[in-house]
Amino acid sequence: MLSRAYRFELNSSRVPVGEPLLEITGVSLRFGGIRALADVSFTVRQGDVHSVIGPNGAGKSSLLNCASGLYKPQDGHITLHTRTEDGVAKTHDLVALPPHRIARQGVARSFQNIELFGHLSLLDNLMLGRHIHMKHRLLPSLAWFGPARNQEFRHREFVEEVIDLLQLQAYRHSHVGALAYGIQKRVELGRALCIEPGLLLLDEPMAGMNAEEKEDMARYILDVNELRGVTVMLIEHDMGVVMDISDRVSVLDFGKLIGDGTAAEVRADPAVVEAYLGADA
Amino acid sequence: MSAQGSVTTMPRLLAERAAERPQGVALQEKLYGIWQPITWEEYAERVRDIAHGLASLGVRRGEIVAVIGDNRPEWLISELAAQSLGAAVVGIYPTSLDEEIVHILEQSRARVVIAEDQEQVDKLLKVRPLLPQVEQVAYYDPHGLEEYADEWLADFEDLAARGRDWAVDRPGWFEQEVSLGQPDDIAVVCTTSGTTSLPKLGQLTHHNLLSMAEHLTSVDPLGPKDRFVSFLPLAWIGEQMMAVACGLLRGFTLSFPEDAATQRSDMREIGPNVMFSPPRIWESMLSEVQVRIDEAGWLKRRVFGLAYSVGDKVASRRVSGRGAGLLLGILALLADWTALRPVRDQLGLARVRRCYTGGAPLGPDVFRFFHAIGVNLKQIYGQTEICGIAVLHHSNDVRFHTVGVPLPETELRIADDGEILLRSSSVFVGYVGNEAATSETVDAEGWLHTGDAGYLEDGHLVVIDRAKDVLTAPDGTRFSSAFIENKLKFSPYVEEAVAFGTADITAMITIDPATVGSWAEHERLGYTTYTDLAGNDRVAELLTQEVHRANAELPDSIRVKHFLVLFKQLDPDDDEITRTRKVRRSVINERYAELIDALDRGDDRVSMTNTVTYQDGTSAKRAITLNIHHLEGYVPPQHSKQRPVWSGRR
Repeated sequence: MLSRAYRFELNSSRVPVGEPLLEITGVSLRFGGIRALADVSFTVRQGDVHSVIGPNGAGKSSLLNCASGLYKPQDGHITLHTRTEDGVAKTHDLVALPPHRIARQGVARSFQNIELFGHLSLLDNLMLGRHIHMKHRLLPSLAWFGPARNQEFRHREFVEEVIDLLQLQAYRHSHVGALAYGIQKRVELGRALCIEPGLLLLDEPMAGMNAEEKEDMARYILDVNELRGVTVMLIEHDMGVVMDISDRVSVLDFGKLIGDGTAAEVRADPAVVEAYLGADA
Repeated sequence: MSAQGSVTTMPRLLAERAAERPQGVALQEKLYGIWQPITWEEYAERVRDIAHGLASLGVRRGEIVAVIGDNRPEWLISELAAQSLGAAVVGIYPTSLDEEIVHILEQSRARVVIAEDQEQVDKLLKVRPLLPQVEQVAYYDPHGLEEYADEWLADFEDLAARGRDWAVDRPGWFEQEVSLGQPDDIAVVCTTSGTTSLPKLGQLTHHNLLSMAEHLTSVDPLGPKDRFVSFLPLAWIGEQMMAVACGLLRGFTLSFPEDAATQRSDMREIGPNVMFSPPRIWESMLSEVQVRIDEAGWLKRRVFGLAYSVGDKVASRRVSGRGAGLLLGILALLADWTALRPVRDQLGLARVRRCYTGGAPLGPDVFRFFHAIGVNLKQIYGQTEICGIAVLHHSNDVRFHTVGVPLPETELRIADDGEILLRSSSVFVGYVGNEAATSETVDAEGWLHTGDAGYLEDGHLVVIDRAKDVLTAPDGTRFSSAFIENKLKFSPYVEEAVAFGTADITAMITIDPATVGSWAEHERLGYTTYTDLAGNDRVAELLTQEVHRANAELPDSIRVKHFLVLFKQLDPDDDEITRTRKVRRSVINERYAELIDALDRGDDRVSMTNTVTYQDGTSAKRAITLNIHHLEGYVPPQHSKQRPVWSGRR
């Protein structure tokens, strides 16, 4: 009889809880004359849900794009800490790495505007998330033979656990493009989890959702963080959700970091209140 | 056929099945996208471990173990484990809330509760102070429970491991306990549906259940090759009767769907041979077909319409035991091949040889629909106190307005006041700790007083309604509100209907959000919430037409005069409807008294204050105004542009 407990680890980071996982130091990003980010520094620690908030155009997505390698900041460093299997600490400067190498270091992300393969099934989309872990040679793969086949079975088992975690069973064989928006967002989260992230970057995972869908998504993010130990850095607009689920919050305004601390600290910070929450909040 | 049902127990049957076909599949559950089989041998092995585990916790003969959760193999394993050591099992509906859970656990004095997952464990933790007698809770879905460091909680796997350790010094203990079990031991405690108050706990013995299974399967044989999908709550007698009693007696495979959302597709994959569901399942299948046919192109609608009328003709001959004849037979084959079989397949009924409805009355029109598309649907009549079944239709002798004839060895009598009385070996032994109620229900001669009014029509039983719900029309005819309600509910747009009144018949209707929603979409009607949709004028117009149509099929004296559309669905959490979805009239009468009075007076509108209780316990008051719609003098629009709704109506 199959046990109901999960067999696979989702979190691939071996950094001990509470230690720095991602250090952002003096990051500046300019598009021509526009300064999207100006000397931003803060640290994401292993095991946290770390939210980045700020008004529209504050540079939140730009920062996430720098971390995942889509943008290259002109100044500053983004340092990812990892541990090898024997516990030897290593650092990687993400600014110098191309996006696919960053993904190989365990940085997974979802996008604000859903970037799934609409004509593939949910299963195929999630299996694609496993792609960086597949090590097959061309011939056995083409022939669907031996090790390539077994390997795919193993990855499918992994994917099935993610489907179970996010309760996507009913949509397994549906074309993703035809699914409801809220479900597609969940599939995006699922695909990012299939990478076995050390750090999960979520760009507005709840944008455009109704209250109930937001609540569900918040629940899934907490499950991923609390039960599966994955460090989450997320951008979100809904202050209620942010304050509820975040261990730490960083506030950006016009590309500058104007606040950084626990949810309670940030809420009490006068500069933050004025810039973002509104003077009367 | 052997009469083993009356002299054995369920744990003994399990041992026999495991010895006969150790590698046969007893249970299968869809998990991670695959049907994961559990053989009879593994099943028996798991039951033994858990039985030892329960014994190590001090559970003894005569006690009751409670299980709360959805249908999973572990539910049955827990049940059989408890029965193996002479204890009984009581199931709690997974949707039950605090008061109900506490009531059942207090009544049954359960010391061990098997809970499914975090959701159920959280509910139990919340009421823990009220449950001093509960010593241990074991859960079988550990997700999210890893962090709960509490001695009160234990993992099901750990319980099994503990059982294995406990058994090391006690070889032969399990076999001895099983052989000590007597057919007259209490096996299952089932909650009565409780349309009137908190549920009572009816005790059923192995003999009660197995003799029922014996009688049922002598009418409708079942065998090891049959398939059954278990998706209705195991706390319900209907599921106990099919999945557990018949399942063990005849040794067929039970399949458990992956998730509530995948039930339909999983059922279609399995293609069960036999099914037993309450009317709401059949009603929702019918609505689904109605909506999908309605949304199909003209060609498909035309083909289905033709095939349906052929199927209907054949069905009306078949149910009275006549053949179709040559010409109609050929047409029927064609109809089946082009339209009816695909519809059955879509519903997951392609392989069904017979299926049952019971628990509440099913409208004759819904009944007729299933026969027309070639599904051998039969009515079952019974109640928890007689193992769920006492009367049923025999194949080829189905009358849509009756509930059939008594099972073998079941006596049926109509008392002088019209109450239905039943007597058989399946009549229960009494309610837990409620002698008074027991003696009211079963008299000294062993007759079960059902509380239903009915009459016999050449051997077939016709049930009117609960005796106290039978109404008398101004012209003196006795009728049941369920009769009117079922006519209304045949509309795909109506989810629930409650009829009131003796002078003027009035009704309160709740809309089906799925069908009305898709209608609104089709009509390009914007809406936000259920309340908004239900209050829409165009929806009111649509429902007025539906009620008008239902009225055409009702005798003059009991036609619906006024109705209103309720602003919310009836919800078991608000006590308005039972967990098995029977309307609690007493609650409705009290809560909506203002509405009912206004309906009676025939007002045009009515206001009431509604108190909403949120899940976190806070509540809010809102004033709501509802329009009352009148049917008197109503003329449906002649040349309306609305597409006609295909509904199989004759």
